[in-house]
Amino acid sequence: MSAAPLTPVLSRGWDHERSWTLDAYGDYAALRSALRQDPDEVIATVKDSGLRGRGGAGFPTGMKWGFIPQDPTQPGGDKPHYLVVNADESEPGTCKDIPLMMANPHVLVEGVAITCHAIRAKKAFIYVRGEVLHVIRRLQAAVEEAYAAGFLGADVFGSGIDVDVVVHAGAGAYICGEETALLDSLEGRRGQPRLRPPFPAVAGLYAAPTVINNVESIASVPCIVERGADWFASMGTEKSKGMTIYSLSGHVKQPGQYEAPLGITLRELLDMSGGMRDGSELKFWTPGGSSTPLLTAEHLDVPLDYEGVAGAGSMLGTKALQLFDQTTSVVRCVLRWTEFYKHESCGKCTPCREGTWWLVQTLERLEAGKGQEGDIELLLDQCDNILGRAFCALGDGATSPITSAIEHFRDEFEAGMHTPAWDLFPYEGSTAWAKPATDAAKGATA
Amino acid sequence: MTVTKGNEPGTELADQNLVTLTVDDVEVSVPEGTLVIRAAELIGVEIPRFCDHPLLAPVGACRQCLVDVPDAGNGRGFPKPQASCTLPVSPGMVVKTQVTSPVADKAQHGIMEFLLVNHPLDCPMCDKGGECPLQNQAMSHGQGETRFTEKKRTYPKPLAISSQILLDRERCILCARCTRFSEQIAGDPFIAMAERGALQQVAIYENEPFSSYFSGNTIQICPVGALTSSSYRFRSRPFDLVSTPAVAEHDACGAAIRVDHRRGKVVRRLSGDDPEVNEEWISDKDRFAFTYARQADRLTRPLVRDPETGALEPASWPAAFLAAARGLAAAAATSGVGVVTGGRLTTEDAYAYAKLARTVLGTNDIDFRARPQSAEEAEFLAHAVAGSGLGVTYRDLEEATKVVLVGLEPEDEAATIFLRLRKAWRTNGTQVVAVASHATRALEKVGGQLVRTIPGDEAKALGEAGLAPGTIVLLGERLARVEGAFTTALAAASRSGARLAWVPRRAGDRGAVEAGCLPNLLPGGRPVADAEARADLAAAWGVASLPGEPGRSTDDILAAALAGEIGALLVAGVEVDDLADPQAALDAVDAAGFVVSLEVRASAVTERADVVLPVAAVAEKAGSFVNWEGRRRPFEAVIPVPHALPDTRVLAGIAEAAGHDLGFRTPEAAAAELAEVGVWDGARAPKPEVVPGRAPRTDPSEVVLDTWRRLIDDGRGQDGDRHYQATARPSVALLSSATARAFGVREGEEIVLRTDRGAVAVPAGIADIADGVVWTPANSNGLSLLGILGAAYGAVVTVERSVPADEADALSGPPHPHVPTEEDEQ
Ligand SMILES: Cc1cc2nc3c(=O)[nH]c(=O)nc-3n(C[C@H](O)[C@H](O)[C@H](O)COP(=O)(O)O)c2cc1C
Ligand code: SF4
Ligand code: SF4
Ligand code: FES
Repeated sequence: MSAAPLTPVLSRGWDHERSWTLDAYGDYAALRSALRQDPDEVIATVKDSGLRGRGGAGFPTGMKWGFIPQDPTQPGGDKPHYLVVNADESEPGTCKDIPLMMANPHVLVEGVAITCHAIRAKKAFIYVRGEVLHVIRRLQAAVEEAYAAGFLGADVFGSGIDVDVVVHAGAGAYICGEETALLDSLEGRRGQPRLRPPFPAVAGLYAAPTVINNVESIASVPCIVERGADWFASMGTEKSKGMTIYSLSGHVKQPGQYEAPLGITLRELLDMSGGMRDGSELKFWTPGGSSTPLLTAEHLDVPLDYEGVAGAGSMLGTKALQLFDQTTSVVRCVLRWTEFYKHESCGKCTPCREGTWWLVQTLERLEAGKGQEGDIELLLDQCDNILGRAFCALGDGATSPITSAIEHFRDEFEAGMHTPAWDLFPYEGSTAWAKPATDAAKGATA
Repeated sequence: MTVTKGNEPGTELADQNLVTLTVDDVEVSVPEGTLVIRAAELIGVEIPRFCDHPLLAPVGACRQCLVDVPDAGNGRGFPKPQASCTLPVSPGMVVKTQVTSPVADKAQHGIMEFLLVNHPLDCPMCDKGGECPLQNQAMSHGQGETRFTEKKRTYPKPLAISSQILLDRERCILCARCTRFSEQIAGDPFIAMAERGALQQVAIYENEPFSSYFSGNTIQICPVGALTSSSYRFRSRPFDLVSTPAVAEHDACGAAIRVDHRRGKVVRRLSGDDPEVNEEWISDKDRFAFTYARQADRLTRPLVRDPETGALEPASWPAAFLAAARGLAAAAATSGVGVVTGGRLTTEDAYAYAKLARTVLGTNDIDFRARPQSAEEAEFLAHAVAGSGLGVTYRDLEEATKVVLVGLEPEDEAATIFLRLRKAWRTNGTQVVAVASHATRALEKVGGQLVRTIPGDEAKALGEAGLAPGTIVLLGERLARVEGAFTTALAAASRSGARLAWVPRRAGDRGAVEAGCLPNLLPGGRPVADAEARADLAAAWGVASLPGEPGRSTDDILAAALAGEIGALLVAGVEVDDLADPQAALDAVDAAGFVVSLEVRASAVTERADVVLPVAAVAEKAGSFVNWEGRRRPFEAVIPVPHALPDTRVLAGIAEAAGHDLGFRTPEAAAAELAEVGVWDGARAPKPEVVPGRAPRTDPSEVVLDTWRRLIDDGRGQDGDRHYQATARPSVALLSSATARAFGVREGEEIVLRTDRGAVAVPAGIADIADGVVWTPANSNGLSLLGILGAAYGAVVTVERSVPADEADALSGPPHPHVPTEEDEQ
């Protein structure tokens, strides 16, 4: 099979000398041309391009912008508008926004300025995950450069349009990637999801109309403005247009970011990335981070676009492809993810808060080979009582790895009734850093 | 429970936009905006719930109320079960609750099981057991057996979030009712959720207690036993309690409460549910201040002074009645009797005093105002308040465009009004304006603005408050100290179309006005000076005539007693330190030839009385209060106490011993007679005409005193609960920075306020307050300003910068009670 070509657009200059500087980036030509257009024209271009949100849900970006009330008589129409860029990237396996902001922060800043013009916002916030201080610094430096060059601030390019950008550091909570929790956090409160309605488009940040988009979504805007909607739409598949960044991790030879048209398959990506490690055989993988149901080697040829992955019973999510080989205990892997959700559950709603607490304990039993009759049914029923009952999608996401793992690897869970996972899959066999399970460690996990 | 928004009495359902939907195959029409959970209630389906509370904004946090919605009204259903507490109805919507939907039923069972995962299930030792929404709904919507066999989350217990409120975190189901109440209703967001996941917990900021006058409501709305009060914790089981609806006796708000007693002893009080008055909230004073009636100084037997020994000796009721009757009759026949009744009486008891004064003692020398008073005030009450029925209401406040507060600090003095003003501001944007020396925290909590004035200048400042039709002006009792305030308010209201209401401090004040406990007023608003009114009442009472000479006010009665012009005093529950001049009052009581005191507990008056007649506390008798709205608030006796007779019964006994028939012996009969006597429909008393005065002039060493009583203070009605008392706010003397500079005072330093009577030392606080004014609480931290300084609102006091060493201990009062730590509790 011939590999589909990579299409580096956002990642084009990543290997350039000091790629993150304005010198390396260019002169914000897309912004210059966008500012000459009517805002609605920019929105129309983004709509026509077919760009869908890259934060996980794939909501059409142009349509989202169109929801911002522009008529002062509409609810919220008399308030200032805000753009908020979601740079909280915390989903396990997801690693695209952070490298993008590290290597090419200006494409995001330019996208922010164009989007502000389109939605008539004078102020934008980039909410960056707190742990990545190096990225925050780089982004701040880029914003500073852009101000100095007159690409941000008052009267950009003499257009009479003002754009201010604030880089805000979060405090390191997965839930703050959920857009309404992010808004609360940005306002200085504890990050917990808000009740909707009102939707952010009407009452978001400071109860004013707000667009919240993923880093990659906004970073995709300059190239659409520059090269046109048709060019963008010429890539990808019928309903999933354009190129996107896939991040590969796990038991692969060359983990990293691969920018390719939507609809590429994992097999093609593996071909380009040198395949699985020597001796590794693909056992299971996530298409879009830990919240998307696991797939297996059977699904190597599933087109990695929204529809294709959904057709295989999972979700494209953040296109975080985590690949695991035959040495990996799926029970242990699922337990680790579940521990993550338990730790990150914001605590607001009962099913996610209590469910993840309980799921971890049930899975720990199975990992230790101390499972009890009925534990698998119990896990499935706990998931059934969480999925679709929680306040936000974090709770739903917590169930995906469990239910899909049981679907594909039920026998491994059954083995958990009698044999510890560390006996079936010695942990030191799957990663370089895992030590053989000592008795003490076994005791602690059991 | 408040069923639907807008579905209030007086509003016709047909007037509203109704939405028709189907719940469990039953069609129901409800006002637009109704939440599905309440629409279901209307067809008798109770969807289980925890975080939902009709008076709090919906959150949808607990997920217990999930229902299936196969059709949202647009032909499409929701793919997932929906939280019915956050979902408004829409036309044609189809809702299936646990009753008809297996999906909803399973979802609810699933949530219930999750809720119990980390709940200790220590019901047998939990205060809430037996009245616990979690326990009850786990029975109705949970499974009998748990599948959870692993480790539960535990915490050290309990955490004292204030000296009164204790939190057992492991019981908490994180519904956020308590935190939302504090933020939304009380405006005291001093508890909040901290941490996340299953370790999320209700918390206070480090070393900052949950300081709110309304904190007790959180205990009541907590759907589990996570919040308890130090005073009730482990005291009783709900099923051992007898509950009686009652009315709070600590202010003029008329809040509905529920009193729970066990073996003859009140063990706790809860808020009642009265949408027209206090909704479902009460202040901590209304909730916790109930042990005053069982203190060691409770009077249990009649006492009569032995002429030989001069000591008070126990006597039988008949002997005491006779002694009282003789002494009073003798004085009535000669120099006369003065009657001072205080503001704590029920309307019925007040009526008994009013009638006894006129028919047995033959005098109009009766006044309920056991506090600073003015003739202008009495005229105002006669002209604008007495017999006026239900006037401005809580609902009117909620719907007003503007509410102007003059001489009134609602959070301290009328807590239910405060909560309603906060609601009015939050929901309807009502503008609140306070005419005062400074903007308090409470004013901020109602979004209010200040029209700055100096005590005494209110009449002038009222002009700046911008009265208009739709404005309501609330006048506090402090205005009795402000010349011309009532006159000006009446004139301003009639000019602008604004409405006025008088908000007294005590529960019995308005009832006493209605009952005729004023020198210029007979029952039912009949002016003493109006011969027709007197004749009308005389006919109703079956007496030939009534005294036509206007009586004397409290101050004048006491002055007359001191001067020997009045021979005897009949005193109801009056605290001498509440009076304008406590020392003069004591001298007057000493000087009076004969004193009869009806009291619950021993006091400075009972000590000096010739006959002491113990009477029932509020919880021990039936009766009614009339609240500031003019709304009658009747109640039954909570616990019968054999030795405790209502004042009415005691006065009937005295009358009979004096050869008169009061016409009734019980509060019920008194109420019936008062109703029959009815309200005067003749000409109203003329309005007061007093030229507005000015704030007193001060010299450089002096300031004008601004003061009122804080909600939680040293009032005797609050005796007996140290946990509650420890929640009182610490004393402070607020000065502007300019004033402080002029006196060389720094924040936190103790300053001395002095009059020719005495001095108090209070830590200074710098505030945005009018220059030349000091504000300090009237009766807190052992410092009664009237008792020690003889100084009331608007008085002039001198300020001294440092506390003389030899006086230091005497001036400062006891140290402020500290917030108990966990160790204290264990
Ligand atoms: C628990 C949770 C975490 C999320 N984290 C992120 C994140 O880190 N970055 C992100 O862009 N979107 C995240 N999202 C999705 C956002 O809520 C939102 O859909 C997205 O930012 C919208 O941007 P888009 O339309 O450009 O995709 C998360 C959602 C959930 C429920
Ligand atoms: S599902 Fe509930 S507890 Fe979990 S993160 Fe969302 S709101 Fe918080
Ligand atoms: S303490 Fe009670 S009211 Fe507060 S969150 Fe916990 S369960 Fe709810
Ligand atoms: S009662 Fe509806 S979510 Fe809590």
